[in-house]
Amino acid sequence: MLSDFLRHELGLTGTHVGCEHGVCGACTLLLDGDAVRSCLLFAVQCSGCDVRTVESLAGQRAGEGAATEDPLHPLQEAFREEHALQCGFCTPGFLMSLVPFLERHPDPSDEEIREALSGNLCRCTGYQNLVAAVRSAARRLRAEPGEPDAAS
Amino acid sequence: MSGKIGSAIKRREDPALITGRGRYTDDLKLPGMLHAAIVRSPHAHARIRGIDIAAAKASPGVHGVFTAEDVNAAGLPGMVPVGWLLPELKTPPHPILASEKVNHVGDAVAVVVADERYQARDAADLVEVDYEPLPASSNPKKTTEGAQQIHDEAPNNIAFDWEIGDRAKTDAAFAAAAHTVEVDLTNNRLIPFAIEPRAVIADYDGDRGAITVHMTTQNPHVHRLLMCLASLGFPEHKVRVVAPEVGGGFGSKIHHYADETIVCLCSIKLGRPVKWTATRTETNLTDAHGRDHVTHAELALDEGGKITGLRVETWANMGAYLSTFAPAVPTYLYGTLLSGQYDIPAIHAHVVGTFTNTCPVDAYRGAGRPEATFVVERLMHLAGEATGLGPAEIRRRNFVRPDAFPYETQVALTYDSGNYEPALDRALELVGYDALVAEQAERRKDRTRPQIGIGFSNFIEACGLAPSAVVGSLGAQAGQWESADVRVHPTGTVTVYTGSSSHGQGHETTFAQIVADKLGLEVDQVEVVHGDTDKVQFGMGTYGSRSAAVGGSAIARSVEKIVEKSKRIAAHLLEASAEDIDFAGGKFTVKGSPESSLGWADVTLQAYLAHNYPDDLEPGLSATTFYDPSNFTYPFGSHICVVEVDPETGNTRLLQYVAVDDVGNVINPMIVEGQVHGGLAQGIGQALWEGTAYDEQAQLLTGSLMDYALPKIHNLPMYTLDRTVTPCPHNPLGVKGVGEAGAIASPPAVVNAVLDALQPWGVRHLDMPLHAEKVWRATQA
Repeated sequence: MLSDFLRHELGLTGTHVGCEHGVCGACTLLLDGDAVRSCLLFAVQCSGCDVRTVESLAGQRAGEGAATEDPLHPLQEAFREEHALQCGFCTPGFLMSLVPFLERHPDPSDEEIREALSGNLCRCTGYQNLVAAVRSAARRLRAEPGEPDAAS
Repeated sequence: MSGKIGSAIKRREDPALITGRGRYTDDLKLPGMLHAAIVRSPHAHARIRGIDIAAAKASPGVHGVFTAEDVNAAGLPGMVPVGWLLPELKTPPHPILASEKVNHVGDAVAVVVADERYQARDAADLVEVDYEPLPASSNPKKTTEGAQQIHDEAPNNIAFDWEIGDRAKTDAAFAAAAHTVEVDLTNNRLIPFAIEPRAVIADYDGDRGAITVHMTTQNPHVHRLLMCLASLGFPEHKVRVVAPEVGGGFGSKIHHYADETIVCLCSIKLGRPVKWTATRTETNLTDAHGRDHVTHAELALDEGGKITGLRVETWANMGAYLSTFAPAVPTYLYGTLLSGQYDIPAIHAHVVGTFTNTCPVDAYRGAGRPEATFVVERLMHLAGEATGLGPAEIRRRNFVRPDAFPYETQVALTYDSGNYEPALDRALELVGYDALVAEQAERRKDRTRPQIGIGFSNFIEACGLAPSAVVGSLGAQAGQWESADVRVHPTGTVTVYTGSSSHGQGHETTFAQIVADKLGLEVDQVEVVHGDTDKVQFGMGTYGSRSAAVGGSAIARSVEKIVEKSKRIAAHLLEASAEDIDFAGGKFTVKGSPESSLGWADVTLQAYLAHNYPDDLEPGLSATTFYDPSNFTYPFGSHICVVEVDPETGNTRLLQYVAVDDVGNVINPMIVEGQVHGGLAQGIGQALWEGTAYDEQAQLLTGSLMDYALPKIHNLPMYTLDRTVTPCPHNPLGVKGVGEAGAIASPPAVVNAVLDALQPWGVRHLDMPLHAEKVWRATQA
């Protein structure tokens, strides 16, 4: 599995495995810019593709000089600000589902947010703060045009 | 006090968790590590005629295949213990690997260890177990009615027969009642479903005769103790249990499972580290489930709607074996809560705990208290209808009055404090009750339209599990205090070692706030260490909403001791008497002469230099506390759920959920609200979607996420939260605990709402989960 390859061969353990049958969404990552379940893919299927995991999110602005002091992605910042995680196990999957969603929906309604995240399970937060975090991240991203995103 | 308590400080846990740098058990990789797969019974009940491991042993990459014989040969006691005893409790043996008989699907029979996880799993399929299937049972009541005997020690599959309250007095109340209402209900079996599956890495050091176990646990010391006493048999000082990041627990990671000792056996036999991570189906089959009651309950009332008696008969499913705290859940955590928020003069509850061929049932978020609240609040709903008083007034007339505290219930608890009516008033105001009732009446004129339902739940819980002497007298095989070692460093920063063990609750933030507040420090000047038996003194761990109330209080007590000692050092340096020293905002001043002062770090440094120091004082500045509370804490609240039920589809839409909780003082409101949100989602899930199903042969039908419906983000509304504050009078922080409140309160709020919507069809009761088909059928009657 792609998730096993990343976690156990490459040591990229930020991608978590919750169900191994493509329902919980914890293992979500970006394959050529699309959010996919890494527990449903063989690593070999991804040969030649651009694979991005949660580890790629932070520090993207490192090249912008002073911005290195604040290396978190706006989504990550929003998750912390809005207390959108508790145990944190499902969090990388939520973040990676949201990266392409916010690219395509820069100003989403609550309805669209809930639709977009309906394939990610969280057992801790009751989801309310997740909705708030996505709204907040969307605001931050709109205020920062030109921000490189994880899929570019 | 420097205002750190009460602030919504952002969590210090988050930076690692949002960047993928958190380290959970399955993320760890030790040099030379092998992988285990556990062979589990596909039968619910069967005799084992033989086990053939030859083909598995010869499979590629396999290093060893072990069965019960190897447990005995290695000299391990090999038994999974039960940690709470009741009078005449039947405690049949629970071997870590079955050799004679399996008693539920998922019972462990053998273990295979290989270089890779997939090799181990493939080889596990090659273990040939010759089973002779036996008839099986899964229903907690029917199992006592002539079903196949499961354990020789437990005739009629009865584990215990327990009662509380006064039967004669209660019967007399019913004989004299003006109104009675009754209900037959089930409390549906739930799968806890932490998103992180359970996992264990055992690393045996043959030279030292010691073993290190990294595992998904809510209570590392309790796990170590139970393993040393019953399953592993090592001396306690030779076992280190470490909880890395833990991805949710909800009770399921309290319990001692066979698996951790099976993995230890593998490491002992092979002399290498061995990892096991459950598959999702394994977690559904073996993580101790929650609830599963069959109950008949009746309420007696006088002419004015005042409750005069409550009578409850419950069959509680224990599953195939008694899990760690299982016997306590449907007894002392259930029967004792049946008075709810109400002044009830006569109560009697009879509970029969039974064995079935199902996964063991144990504490799951709320543990007994949701079941009790469900019984009481369903009856209150029915009583409101039967008396014509309605849901708000029937509750008002029966609340324990604010001047009646401490209030002794008829079921052994003394509520220390409470003030129930303001929470109800606030909830009614927030939900917009009068307008809703008008809208509901309008809709009821046309039964084809979607109907509005309004459901109430006024809950109480006893939490902060404690005090030790009380729980000991009730059968607990453990104390229920909590420990804290607070160490002040020479430069004034602080490290806290807590016996609580966080798995998502944000202790590293909350506990640092307590210390920072009381010592006038910044939160970043306080480090919190937890979850490692080699680093932290014995502690009881995190469950039962006890971390802030018991663990936090232990920290507060240690800080008080430190302040006391540091005042004496300051007094010496300032040439004053200790009684004349004030300490506030990190500064020591002499009363009446504010120019005479010292900073915190001046004093902490002197505590370690001891150059200019009181003769009668030891150097150093640290304090350990084992805090044992004098009572439980009693959080309460008033929840109102509003639903819209479409009779055409049976679908229930949540329109509003208002929760007014009283958890006492609040340390971090952001974290407290997050706990309420999460609890609500779990309770709403139980009410509407979640249900564990076994078939006639006790085969689990909900072994994956394809068949077990967890609440998803599009199912749930935005919650409306508020609080009243009635501080706990007996702990130093005035906090009561919040982890379970939402899960306790919400199932009856939702069910009462749906049944209120179904009132035009005369439906009195439906069992959870209230999925669309069930509701639709009710509207077709």
